[in-house]
Amino acid sequence: MSRLVIIGNGVAGVTVARHVRKRSDREILIISSETEHHFSRTALMYIFMGHMKFEHTKPYEDYFWQKNRIDLKQGFVCAIDTDAKHLTLASGEQIEYADLVLATGSQSNKFGWIGQDLPGVQGLFNYQDLLLMEENCQSTKRAVLVGGGLIGIEMAEMLLSRGIDVTFLVKEERFWGNILPKEESVLVQKHGEQHGVKFLFNTELHEVVAGDDGRAKSIITKEGDEIPCEFVGLSAGVHPNIDIVSQSKVAVGRGILVNDYLETNIPNVYAVGDCAEIHVEEGRNRIEPLWYTGKMQGEALAKTIAGERTKYERGIWFNSAKFFDVEYQTYGFVGNEPVDNISSFYWQHPEKELCIRINYQTDTQVVTGINTFGIRMRHEVWENWLANSCKLKYVLQHLKDANFDPEFFRRYEQDVINTFNAQNPNSQLSLSPLHWLTKRFTKEQTHAK
Amino acid sequence: MQNNQMAWISPVRKSGLSMFFIGFLVFVGMLFVNNFTLTDNALKNAIGNDTHRQLIQPHLSELMDKTVSNKVTFIESVRSTFSEYDETLNDRYTISSTEIDAIMAEVKGIGHYNLEILPTVFGSVYDESAYKTKKLSDYTGWLAGPQGKPLSEIEQVLREKSAEINANVTDVTNGKRIYAYETGQYIYGLTKNASSGVVAQHTGMFFVLSVLLGTLGALMYIIPDKYTGPAGIKNNNVFTNSATNGGLVGILVTVFLVAVYIALYFFPEYIIEWVSLVDPMFKALNGSGAGSWSIYGFIYTLAIVVMGVRMFIKYRHSKYHIARTSSIIFFQSCFAFLIPEILIKLNQPSTDLKNMWPLDYDFFDAWNLDSLTSSGGVGMFILVWGITLFVVAVPLFTYFFGKRWYCSWVCGCGGLAETAGDPYRQLSDKSMKAWRIERVVIHGVLVFAVIMTGAALYTYFTGVKTLAGIDTYTLRSAYGFYIGALFSGVVGTGFYPKMGNRVWCRFGCPLAAYIGFIQRFKSRFRITTNGAQCISCGNCSTYCEMGIDVRSYAQRGADIVRSSCVGCGVCSSVCPRGVLKLENGAVEAVVDQSKKDDTVQIVQVMTPEEQKAWVN
Repeated sequence: MSRLVIIGNGVAGVTVARHVRKRSDREILIISSETEHHFSRTALMYIFMGHMKFEHTKPYEDYFWQKNRIDLKQGFVCAIDTDAKHLTLASGEQIEYADLVLATGSQSNKFGWIGQDLPGVQGLFNYQDLLLMEENCQSTKRAVLVGGGLIGIEMAEMLLSRGIDVTFLVKEERFWGNILPKEESVLVQKHGEQHGVKFLFNTELHEVVAGDDGRAKSIITKEGDEIPCEFVGLSAGVHPNIDIVSQSKVAVGRGILVNDYLETNIPNVYAVGDCAEIHVEEGRNRIEPLWYTGKMQGEALAKTIAGERTKYERGIWFNSAKFFDVEYQTYGFVGNEPVDNISSFYWQHPEKELCIRINYQTDTQVVTGINTFGIRMRHEVWENWLANSCKLKYVLQHLKDANFDPEFFRRYEQDVINTFNAQNPNSQLSLSPLHWLTKRFTKEQTHAK
Repeated sequence: MQNNQMAWISPVRKSGLSMFFIGFLVFVGMLFVNNFTLTDNALKNAIGNDTHRQLIQPHLSELMDKTVSNKVTFIESVRSTFSEYDETLNDRYTISSTEIDAIMAEVKGIGHYNLEILPTVFGSVYDESAYKTKKLSDYTGWLAGPQGKPLSEIEQVLREKSAEINANVTDVTNGKRIYAYETGQYIYGLTKNASSGVVAQHTGMFFVLSVLLGTLGALMYIIPDKYTGPAGIKNNNVFTNSATNGGLVGILVTVFLVAVYIALYFFPEYIIEWVSLVDPMFKALNGSGAGSWSIYGFIYTLAIVVMGVRMFIKYRHSKYHIARTSSIIFFQSCFAFLIPEILIKLNQPSTDLKNMWPLDYDFFDAWNLDSLTSSGGVGMFILVWGITLFVVAVPLFTYFFGKRWYCSWVCGCGGLAETAGDPYRQLSDKSMKAWRIERVVIHGVLVFAVIMTGAALYTYFTGVKTLAGIDTYTLRSAYGFYIGALFSGVVGTGFYPKMGNRVWCRFGCPLAAYIGFIQRFKSRFRITTNGAQCISCGNCSTYCEMGIDVRSYAQRGADIVRSSCVGCGVCSSVCPRGVLKLENGAVEAVVDQSKKDDTVQIVQVMTPEEQKAWVN
């Protein structure tokens, strides 16, 4: 028997299954207690807002799994025996495996707040959370969100779409302050406020108060202020879901401990995606709870399982998100606070929610990263620029090449250059022309690596 | 927030909706306000062909000068008169055995055969009465008078001669037939001329209360959306609202649209009040007035303009959508609506200059070719222009810009789909099965169109009416009925609220199939995917009106090159990670190694506050 069993049908687990199938003919089984079929977790908000139905969030049609001989089982794994190489489901059924991939994902963080488990208090991570939120919002007029990150802003958008009042408690002094520099934080904050979000910075949750019906009726902050609300959204990040794994012989820390090959301490047992804690020689181990990294880890692990042992290397960092109507992209590394020998060129539109921050090494002027809000950038171009250690002048003058906005959109490269020139009167830069005519007749895309 | 500044929005939108509904009710209601009285005058105006009028007039006698208040009763009585006329034609012109018996009864009474008997038996009202009297007189005149012939011999002769006459009855009745096309015209004309003309006499009032009120109401509902919050993609409640999720309201709209299309194509006599409504406007435009398709053209254009305004507001953050919607409105209002009417006024062949074969499937019909070649410079221009469009313009523009240059920027069908149809785009089927059906059906229609046109041209140039045993006219009328009317109209537009707004363009349009080939195999156009940034959320696939599973490409990081893509750009707009971009050609991602290491002299970086002060 050479059955590959994957626990979890999120993007990491499913990517492993798909890519193993591409490379081998072995039996593959995915077990999930969440939903029968893989769906896009990132789209939960759109179901709530009525943009889509659940069916639309399934990246593959239902016939896909059978056609590719990927077996699906809906069930909850309650025990993992790595000696006998079998799993026990809540139903009592035992399932044997040859290789086991743990892709159990995340859980919402709760920090021991009083009343954090009351009805009306919840996080948003899985499909069950979405159903619960639907139920919890039936008669909700006011909501409080705790923790200032991406899930929080998504929940805010969801709640506002139903006319629910949103107050956002942010522990830090600014929005998503552990990731975004101050200017970007303020931009997002202002945009959120335009949509109706009330932000309370430097504010922490102390307690959720229950009403007569046993449901949340208000929250009390650490400062002692009481805010009435029928719904409390917990969005203070996530942590690896290792409840069951930690009872097995698989080593865990904050997450399931793995090496660069995503191998655990037990042979033939691997972990991938949100639940994996990747060992780092110097510094803190990495946990990467992102869609993109889950997918890339899955691809690397599939190669390993199929016999071609492959390190997971995430390459040049990128991420993207959307805050209400403002899209955000980042390439390379842009820290939230100033760093030695890193300078920052920042441009912001005087009225619209558009900004670009390009970081570079102060001494060499090699560009190290970019944050962009409201302007789409071409991934491949930035990857090339960063991989080739291009310098600031080159990047600024060729900024047009990186634009990925739709046709006819107003372009801001000249504004960016003008701002730079105004800041640095000694070095007048100019945009290098886009050779649109020659570009139009270029045969195929050329990749410079 | 929903603060006081926005307090006006909801009442304005609600009043707008009410006004729209009142306008709609008046619009539909006016179809039932007329009485119908068939008079000699009405008959004369409706049936210009004297022979036909004289043939049918006696059959309509029961309807004459009576006022019918029920429109359906009136129209269906007229229709059944015509169909009965047609069905009993041969019988009526056949001398029956009963009639011979009746003659013989008279003969027995008198004692001999006499020609005066004939009118008393055959009557004198109908055309066939005179015919039968005349024929029998001619054949049996020699038998008349007291000749002492035995009755049995008279009867035998009468029966033999009748049989002789009857044997050639079709020679006569063929000339008496009123064919389906003319029948349709006559029913329409009779209904129009018999109508009490309430709408025609109060056009202004009805126009204001229906079209104007409805338009104003629609705009009052649409425009305030601009002030409800920041611009951006707001598809909230699309799948919880039964108007847009294929639910009850959607079904009701479908039923209404299907009914209207069936009336337009097959029973225009039911909408004569709508024709009256726009008659003065069309008289001003083309000098001759409105026909049953005028109201369609007018409402169609109006729908594109009003729902175009909705597009301007919904996508006010996207210049791409604003540009293409402006283009659609321009081409519809000028090329499809105004220019053809003005051409009529100038007594020139009228055509929609942006329409082309094979969508314009009767372009190569004999009557069109004759009309174009025989009407001087303008006609020749239209002919050459029409051929140049699909021979030169399609390959050229499609190579550079993709199918979108036509389908979502110029075309009238696409224009309606992109404006009035936009609220239904999410209803198109995205499954692999739908794609399979799509490919078979749309290419089937293209093949049908090519064969049909080829056959028509063959007949036009050779004069031979059949090709491989098939009548070329039958081919053309089959295409016109099944594809032209049922598919593109009734199903293509009627089913917007159930099957999405591009049913026709996706499954049926032969021009789309043709342009699609070029887009798929020889075009620079593609939708590119930005690196590995797709989060598989499904917004792109859900809101693709052509039913393309965009996500299946995007999540692989692949470019989307599909023959059906009309380049509406909505996938790119709804993508929450900015992953998709419509592009005409590949973009080089090359680093110029000779320049990448140049440095600049950096003096001092402004703080954001200083920067703002500098900009302002």
